[in-house]
Amino acid sequence: MVPRAQRKDHPLLFELGAPGLCSAALPECDVPAVRRSEAVPAALLAESPPPLPEVGELDVVRHYKRLSHRCFSVDENFYPLGSCTMKYNPRINERVAALPGFAHLHPYQDDADVQGMLELLYRLRCDLADIAGLAEVSLQPAAGAHGEMTGLMIINAYHRSRGQDRRKVLAPDSAHGTNPASCTICGRDALAVKSCKNGRVDIDDLRAKVNEDTAALMITNPNTCGVFDEQIADIAEIVHAKGALLYLDGANMNAVLGITRPGDFGVDVMHYNTHKTFSTPHGGGGPGAGPVAVAKHLCEFLPVPQVVRRGDGTFAWDYDRPRSIGKVRSFYGQIGVLVRAYTYIRSLGSDGLRDVAEKAVLAANYLAARLRPAYKLPFPPPFAHEFIAVPEFPDGEVSELDIAKRLIDHGIHPPTMSWPIHHCLMIEPTETESLATLDRFVEAMLDIAEEVRLTPEVVRSAPHTTPVKRLDEVTASRKPNVRWRGE
Amino acid sequence: MRYTQLTPQQVQHMLSVIGAGSIDELFRTVPEKLRQREPLSIPRGVSEPEILRDVSELASRNHDGTELTCFLGGGAYDHFIPTLVDALAAQTEFLTAYTPYQAEASQGTLQLFYEFQTMVCQLLGMEVANASLYELSSAVAEAVMMATSITGRSRAVVAESVHPDMLRVLHTYACERGVEIVPVAAPDGVVGEAALRAATNGQTAAVVLQSPNFYGCIEPLDQWIPLAHAHGALAIVATDPIACGLLKSPGALDADIVVAEGQALGVPLQYGGPYLGLMACREKFLRKMPGRVVGATKDLEGRRGYCLVLQTREQHIKRERATSNVCTNQGLLAVRAAIYLAAMGRQGIAQVASQCLNKSHYAARRIAELKGYDLRFRRPFFKEFVVRSARNVKTVLAACRAKGILAGVPLVRFDERLSDCFLVAVTEKRTKAEIDGLVAALEGA
Repeated sequence: MVPRAQRKDHPLLFELGAPGLCSAALPECDVPAVRRSEAVPAALLAESPPPLPEVGELDVVRHYKRLSHRCFSVDENFYPLGSCTMKYNPRINERVAALPGFAHLHPYQDDADVQGMLELLYRLRCDLADIAGLAEVSLQPAAGAHGEMTGLMIINAYHRSRGQDRRKVLAPDSAHGTNPASCTICGRDALAVKSCKNGRVDIDDLRAKVNEDTAALMITNPNTCGVFDEQIADIAEIVHAKGALLYLDGANMNAVLGITRPGDFGVDVMHYNTHKTFSTPHGGGGPGAGPVAVAKHLCEFLPVPQVVRRGDGTFAWDYDRPRSIGKVRSFYGQIGVLVRAYTYIRSLGSDGLRDVAEKAVLAANYLAARLRPAYKLPFPPPFAHEFIAVPEFPDGEVSELDIAKRLIDHGIHPPTMSWPIHHCLMIEPTETESLATLDRFVEAMLDIAEEVRLTPEVVRSAPHTTPVKRLDEVTASRKPNVRWRGE
Repeated sequence: MRYTQLTPQQVQHMLSVIGAGSIDELFRTVPEKLRQREPLSIPRGVSEPEILRDVSELASRNHDGTELTCFLGGGAYDHFIPTLVDALAAQTEFLTAYTPYQAEASQGTLQLFYEFQTMVCQLLGMEVANASLYELSSAVAEAVMMATSITGRSRAVVAESVHPDMLRVLHTYACERGVEIVPVAAPDGVVGEAALRAATNGQTAAVVLQSPNFYGCIEPLDQWIPLAHAHGALAIVATDPIACGLLKSPGALDADIVVAEGQALGVPLQYGGPYLGLMACREKFLRKMPGRVVGATKDLEGRRGYCLVLQTREQHIKRERATSNVCTNQGLLAVRAAIYLAAMGRQGIAQVASQCLNKSHYAARRIAELKGYDLRFRRPFFKEFVVRSARNVKTVLAACRAKGILAGVPLVRFDERLSDCFLVAVTEKRTKAEIDGLVAALEGA
């Protein structure tokens, strides 16, 4: 179960090769050469090529092959990383995205040459609006956080259109860190709303904080405590009564696909994370995509261009949206990612998407029930697609970090840690795991709990099977060495 | 059901362990009145052959670069991608991993990003780089926000010769942050010196330049960068990473923050994304730089290792006081760019750059010799140039398209004043025969 890790230090690319080597072979230049000094002013011409590595082809292959062996991945390891939805990434999505008809299109080709592409994007736009229960979707934002920023800009534009300049954005204290950071990007002040002991929004605190200066409440539902906040309709009403809008962080949509729709519980704007809910690969930290869905009264503010179907049945980009917030990135969006998301959504269909939510929630509740004898569950069940567990060990002896690191020795990627409450593990199994894998995780967690009692030093010094032991992350940030300099 | 693997018996067993009578019971916190009664309007799920038929049909209705000869550029280029890039980046250990928060279980990704950052620095001539941002335009917007934070000033002088998307995205970001964008006209293909001098003053946080710029022209950065510095403003330079194989790097010309579209480094065109934004800066600005950064360190036993560093700048620690809300990098694209640079190496990148220069100049010379066409700007250029046509641009491009050639990007799309012009890009991938074909098609149009 432990990946093909090698204990030995692996050389850097810069320590391989020799001057003069190159792994790429270009044809001879078949046009007359231009004299450089005539084409480019001397002051702007490099004296020599950039000092990039010089490595032969086989060594390049081995280098990256060996690096790939030193990564945990969904394809090799159970990855119950809370709030990240590390589900299986279907192979067919990769095959489809690589079709030349999608992969080799230039963004400035005429609409007439890319009708199939535009139709796919149009269908995806409609599917995502359907899942959200909202009026219209923009596919442009590049990631979840980028979607949040876009959504907040739309909210600002809406208030401005009504002659208002609302400065505050509320978010529960359990919100993802991107929520308050996105507020700052959009020039708004983030204000935290307290959560109750049961993980729900403290309604009294919300009432006390929402007022005529509130632009929006950003909420995640099911939230990061792993529970669906049943007060959501009331929350929407309280927010709307003050003229503010309700923003949904769609990070946890996996738990409610086909069960309930954000538009039906009062959401005005939301973003999706296609790399969470719709199985597009996380790629070691991207690319994601963060489509934004809005209610009818906000459609006119969506970014330009928008993919539309014309009266004659053809598809096109529409730039004629005078009240749009503008563009938020180059070209049109993370198209290759969106092709994968479309393939996933249409493969599963309406019935398969509901099955995703049901199995994801079932798996989380099953793990919670089985871990209950050894781990404290601070919030009451039932849980959504993830849950919070707190190791109940004598304080200071073994921390949640130690347990996380010990899981690595079991070939399991650690859960999210120490957030949204202190000392916790946030566990999200996703719908794609087998019962055997879920049981193996439970056994590992119970084994570790036992180990903490009998041989705590083994847990405290974990991991023991990885290419490196625990790293000095403090010095790494205090005296950052972020590039090789030949030492 | 697709991709789930729990049998009805296993579901029953799991429910009994939970102590629930049905799956529905697990959703009891979702109020009845909010439940979705009707299924979604999306069609029911389909098998693999069926979905393949559906998407293949959509793909077949597009005319792609395997069928057409591409001279389109404007920020996305048809460069050659070595086989190694696809072969090695497709390893699913890279594909299906998450952000490397757990350093011990992610040494492969972390070392790769550390090497990526180093190669970005080597290419751009800069001291430090991050592990990539979304793409060029938003990277420039982030660079401007970074410059306002470093200088405490809130005006950005922006050359109008930058990519129009860059300017639009900057406006979108700046509007919410109270940053004033001061555009400087570039009527002759590069920024006008007098206008740039007039626009830049003691309130300027940054001067934003692109070179080679949107029209393909090489900006005299050796003049513009000192001009920015004379007013205490930072010089933000957007560049083409391929051009750094031949031109003096922005770093060597004393730029403070450098951004670049990394698509040219082994990333397929994909109709505009996903690409990756490269960002590098002076070491003293490292703590103000947005995005993921990987650093080298040691483990408990003194072995070399890598981890994410400076996370206290980031949203998951700093929340509303973070340097940016950026959460992910473009990990898999950084993997591709790293493999591309490793495969090309020092010699390869210089060859690619040199062929771009030779082939674009050959094409420009041949086109300018044709009756009815000339070059709009008499400026040094790298791989892209603006052609002015005496004949209707739309008609000319349509005639070329009929011969299977994507001849250029009509500039009326961005600027009414250039309605008689189109932008032609010639990469190392184009052959003499293809260029001659373009020339013949233009002549016959």
